[in-house]
Amino acid sequence: MDMTNYENKSLLRFTTTGSVDDGKSTLIGRLLYETNCIFEDQYAAVEKTSQQRGNERVDLALLLDGLAAEREQGITIDVAYRYFTTDKRKFIIADTPGHEQYTRNMVTGASNSELAIILIDARHGVLTQSKRHGFLISLLQIPHLVVAVNKMDLVDYDEEVFNRIVQEYREFSQKLDIHDITFIPVSALDGDNVTTRSANMPWYDGHTLLHMLENVHVDADKNYVDFRFPVQYVSRPNLNFRGFAGNVVSGTIKVGEEIAALPSGRTSKIKSIVTFDGELTEAVAGQAVTLTLEDEIDISRGDMIVRKNNLPQVANEFDANICWMDEEPMDRRGHYLIKHTTQKTKAFISGINYKIDVNTLHREDTDTFGLNEIGRVSIRTATPLFFDNYKTNHGTGSFILIDPVTNHTVAAGMIRGKVQTVQDVTPGKRAEATRSSNVKWEEGLLTRSDWAKRNGHEGAILWFTGLSGSGKSTVARKVAGLLFERGCQVAMLDGDNVRHGLCGDLEFTDRDRSENIRRVGEAAKLFFEQGNIVACTFISPFQSDRDFVRGIMPEGHFFEVHIKCDIDVCK
Amino acid sequence: MTHLKQLEQESIHVIREVVAEFKNPVMLYSVGKDSAVMIRLAQKAFHPGKFPFPLMHIDTGYKFPEMYEFRDRFVEEIGARLYVERNEPAIAKGAHPSVLGNDKCCQQLKTKALLDHLNKHEFDAAFGGARRDEEKSRAKERFFSVRDEFGQWDPKNQRPELWNLYNANIDERESVRIFPLSNWTELDVWQYIKLEDIPLVPLYYAQPRKVIEMNGIIVPCEFLETVDPAGKLGFTEDDIQEVDCRFRSLGCIPCTGAVKSSARTIDDIIQEVVDARRSERENRIIDLTSDSSMEQKKREGYF
Ligand SMILES: Nc1nc2c(ncn2[C@@H]2O[C@H](COP(=O)(O)OP(=O)(O)O)[C@@H](O)[C@H]2O)c(=O)[nH]1
Repeated sequence: MDMTNYENKSLLRFTTTGSVDDGKSTLIGRLLYETNCIFEDQYAAVEKTSQQRGNERVDLALLLDGLAAEREQGITIDVAYRYFTTDKRKFIIADTPGHEQYTRNMVTGASNSELAIILIDARHGVLTQSKRHGFLISLLQIPHLVVAVNKMDLVDYDEEVFNRIVQEYREFSQKLDIHDITFIPVSALDGDNVTTRSANMPWYDGHTLLHMLENVHVDADKNYVDFRFPVQYVSRPNLNFRGFAGNVVSGTIKVGEEIAALPSGRTSKIKSIVTFDGELTEAVAGQAVTLTLEDEIDISRGDMIVRKNNLPQVANEFDANICWMDEEPMDRRGHYLIKHTTQKTKAFISGINYKIDVNTLHREDTDTFGLNEIGRVSIRTATPLFFDNYKTNHGTGSFILIDPVTNHTVAAGMIRGKVQTVQDVTPGKRAEATRSSNVKWEEGLLTRSDWAKRNGHEGAILWFTGLSGSGKSTVARKVAGLLFERGCQVAMLDGDNVRHGLCGDLEFTDRDRSENIRRVGEAAKLFFEQGNIVACTFISPFQSDRDFVRGIMPEGHFFEVHIKCDIDVCK
Repeated sequence: MTHLKQLEQESIHVIREVVAEFKNPVMLYSVGKDSAVMIRLAQKAFHPGKFPFPLMHIDTGYKFPEMYEFRDRFVEEIGARLYVERNEPAIAKGAHPSVLGNDKCCQQLKTKALLDHLNKHEFDAAFGGARRDEEKSRAKERFFSVRDEFGQWDPKNQRPELWNLYNANIDERESVRIFPLSNWTELDVWQYIKLEDIPLVPLYYAQPRKVIEMNGIIVPCEFLETVDPAGKLGFTEDDIQEVDCRFRSLGCIPCTGAVKSSARTIDDIIQEVVDARRSERENRIIDLTSDSSMEQKKREGYF
């Protein structure tokens, strides 16, 4: 391994969790050990302790016990950070304990992670705790989840056991918002499938855990669309220089591009992008830079520089999921400080929707939140915040609440959007966009990509076919409804409806049936061009007609759904 | 972005947050490699301006002559303000590990000097170059580490740190220690030093030195007197040998040994760190006294 290489090395932050004794510490110890990130003197100390305790093998888990108190109790009580490196990547592990009392710690560790590993003891299968961990990962929107089924050696490396766990966990995860799950059967103690493939499990044809960690593609998870630059510090070293220092939280910006400053709304252009290492022509998400503008506009810490035609939501009341982190329960009448991007302002809880039982995922009524409780609230702030939905932008969608008396960090929050009223979600009105709202149209035609930018998704045609009575309309309506709930822009074209208007002149001959589909296809395409996900329900028995519609669409945007149902059942 | 760029960005963010949120920050400057990296990051954070806080060196009087030399030249070159502070009464009384023991000596010359002078200048935030990978108890340290009025760390009562949202609220008498390099490893530091061409005290680079080996710890012979002022250990001219060695970390002469090494260039050092089978602080006598000694020191207000 050429670990001296640093020019192409990337970084992966991940978190590990599992119930006590699932083998989390052993697994991390194994990763550190096998990537040569453990020193002889550390190893010797652990070897000695293992012997003192009468262990047969060197207990790699001992490498991780940080504080004296924990060493005495033999448990991990707080988030600890570990590091290891290979020639490809540097890894930062946020090692979090899995007990229920420590939901707070898991949320903390997960907040900066791009991947999560959940350990499951093969002997015990999917426990309530494993589900809770999955829920938290979904809540924190960690893009990648690895379920490591550990202690395979204790179940004779049995494929059946593994498959059962995979199936059960997959089923459960349908309820969650997790898109990328990988299952790996491992033995942390012996190292099977951790860094090298296991000879004991020839039936497993996936990758080792380390291979997965080294190769998982995380760059694509970043938001490169919505330019957001919360001003962190105003730099005025001399009379001739006035710059705004901060991180590009998301998106990109180039010299010469037009920007708007929030909250003033004043516009200007980027004059220069200054760094210690020279000026840049473009800054991208993740960079710390200093921006200067063509015009003198008044900007201070907490303001946000954005693109004129791609604004975040601006509001002083919003809905959010929160995790309560303080021993002291939420004070419904109390005032808190909210820290959001680089802004800090007063806030109070203006409403409580529900709390979620992290074990059953049931929503429950409540009028307060105690330590480790999670749920949905509305928060009102003294000054407006500039935010996006957490799902599309972690940087502008996350916040913490601080108790101004104790100074404790009492809650972590993930913004959903502006507070919604019934009016906002009645049909006919566009649901809240999941990517940037308030995108402004400048000049010229609105193109498909303009719509996609605003909606946070591309348009598409979902073509439902099937016999009359097969239930295709019911399915299509359901799909459209679910998409709508997620904030997607949807439209429906139904066979029965168009027959009354657009195609009222057509008969049911083969020729007219084809003409019917042609017209509907063209109409659907018009909707599609304007950003819609169009759910079409037509009997359309002819392959050639469907191919026609597919043919007028850009590749990858036409999806055919055939609803299969026995003809007798249909009747 | 490469891992070094990401670490750099994270550290710069932390440094700027501190300047924006605290009244009177200071950066602790130990003249070592981690301090050197931290200063470069501070320069980057505020470019084209200078970083808007002073440096403070807690001097025990037992630092290597090369360190003092380097310190004064470097600080002048970058145009920073530097406070050099010492526990003068303790130094006058001859505080030394051979008299007080390692722990007490450290407590007097480092911890007490630090706390007294943080108070004297009314600094409410102090940057330190400590890294989580250095030592077990540091693995749980925060970027923003709140200390009570006695500078004490309470590991059981730390604030959670989420995303990059740091809670900078403290009470009148409290202060914070800030660790911008929390997520850096020794290897990251060396690679960054190479990438950025950061100047260092030459003691980090190997050369043949006349030394005496004491219980596996290598001490340059010119410092024999500083290490063993009373001559209790009984070394003589005959024990002197010439050895290729360098210092992996720099502390006080009586408590820091050299390691055998032929790493003369930065590339050699990086290779050595990659191949290293022993942790960086092993030649620091201060950590070895008991299994929890660093944690104990931190609880008392040490970094
Ligand atoms: N047989 C077997 N034992 C394991 C395996 N992984 C961990 N263990 C044992 O399970 C126990 C708990 O492991 P530990 O890593 O401390 O669990 P943690 O509480 O999740 O950190 C220890 O006795 C380990 O040696 C494994 O893959 N196979």
